[in-house]
Amino acid sequence: MEKLFIEPSPHIKSTMSTQKVMLHVLIALFPALVAATVIFGLRALFLTVICATSCVIFEWLFRKITKREQTISDLSAVVTGVLLAFNLPANLPIYMAIIGSFVAIVVVKQMFGGIGQNFANPAITARIVLMLSFTSSMTTWVKPFWYNITGTDAVTGATPLVADELPSVMDMLLGVRGGCLGETCAIALIIGGIYLVAMKIITPVTPIAFVGTVALFSFMGGQDVVYSVLSGGLLLGAIFMATDYATTPLTWKGKLIFGIGCGLITCLIRNFGSMPEGVSYSILLMNILTPYIDKLTRPKPFGTKKEADKA
Amino acid sequence: MSLFKEFSKGILKENPNLVMLLGMCPTLAVTTMAENGLGMGLATTFVLVCSNIAIALLKKLIPAAVRLPSYIVIIAGFVTFVSLMLQAFIPSLYDSLGLFLSLITVNCIILGRAEMFASKNKVLPSIMDGLGMGLGFTMSLLIVGSVREILGAGTWFGIQLMPDFIQPMTIFILPAGGFFTLGIVIAVVGKLTKKPVKNISCSSCPSREMCAGCGAKKEDK
Repeated sequence: MEKLFIEPSPHIKSTMSTQKVMLHVLIALFPALVAATVIFGLRALFLTVICATSCVIFEWLFRKITKREQTISDLSAVVTGVLLAFNLPANLPIYMAIIGSFVAIVVVKQMFGGIGQNFANPAITARIVLMLSFTSSMTTWVKPFWYNITGTDAVTGATPLVADELPSVMDMLLGVRGGCLGETCAIALIIGGIYLVAMKIITPVTPIAFVGTVALFSFMGGQDVVYSVLSGGLLLGAIFMATDYATTPLTWKGKLIFGIGCGLITCLIRNFGSMPEGVSYSILLMNILTPYIDKLTRPKPFGTKKEADKA
Repeated sequence: MSLFKEFSKGILKENPNLVMLLGMCPTLAVTTMAENGLGMGLATTFVLVCSNIAIALLKKLIPAAVRLPSYIVIIAGFVTFVSLMLQAFIPSLYDSLGLFLSLITVNCIILGRAEMFASKNKVLPSIMDGLGMGLGFTMSLLIVGSVREILGAGTWFGIQLMPDFIQPMTIFILPAGGFFTLGIVIAVVGKLTKKPVKNISCSSCPSREMCAGCGAKKEDK
């Protein structure tokens, strides 16, 4: 005997799951991880593994203690951990990285309800907390290929944003410069970004608007456009952080506003602020504005009249 | 018994700082060190007890129309006294509290207790109320200050607690850390004092009069 089932919508379901999205992001992050390991040695890989593992453990513990459904299998904690590690200098002490993971997962993500409920990007916020807490360790960058150089004089170098001598454009593209471990190799990051766009995980609106705004402003300010775009954490932030689902606007108009806002704040901090780099702060500030952007750019339901909107 | 009750309610159940959320400004501003928190708390307690006594004594003389200015004048008098005494005898604390010492005058806790308690009660209960509320405030400042000093500077009352190779998290000394610590302490106190709501239904909803036909109401029946 057959029954007639009546089901509420949606009737068409996508095969895409959170786990698959996160897996694609991890694949996209892989080239940058390889580049970081080549440039900064095994310490970079080790730090990444530590961050990812501790993020997963903190998430598991928190869900266990608060008696909630386990969410570690969706891989979002791994992505957060890898992104956090990419925002740290390669020789950061391990306990600081673990504190960072705690801030990212417990304070920023789980306290607000877990995946999809956090209002700010966990990795960015953890980076800022670490930056404010351990300023000297967070701004001591190892020089590229330091593990081949003998002696201690070659260990620290400044980021090109504050260094006197600029590395060549080729070095900037390949990532042979001082910086956080995942942000230096521009080519690897761009490959990851193209993969994400091709897989339809992200739309290119935010990264293009973000990078474009920074390029435009550095051009108007008479700075070297290529260096402004390639230096600091701009590409890492624009491709992987400013495209986070939970903390950025939903519509393409909103994404455009988000990207331009990020670019503006980055340029303001870089040029007028007391800090050399403003990418992380710009993304955090725009994260906070996201609900308002979403509200302003809410698409009109098809067929409604203008008067009906006001009601 | 009732006197003790007036005293003890300020410590946890009606803690002015952590439950009633009054006097947030000094709580966030001066608690970078445990010592400052303790000093600020004790100074406020002194002013609170003295002003409660004075207002409980004068409550019949003060006309209702001008009671708030009168309270402020009384409180400001005691604050000036405390401020001058600290400047004379503990100048280091006076320097670190700075402007916030004078701002005790406009601390909501003191005016709040004057308006809500001292102006309606006798002298003795007012003293106990002031002591309890003041101690509750001092405790909260001490807890927030201790957490911030231990995590943010690695010391407690200036004594080195953390080994040298562990760097303290400077963010706890910064305003952001103050908000964070205070939020966590308020959450813990809330967990300790308030019983969890067992039955979430329309009968306990404050706006049940306004929503006539919400979905939950039907389930309630």
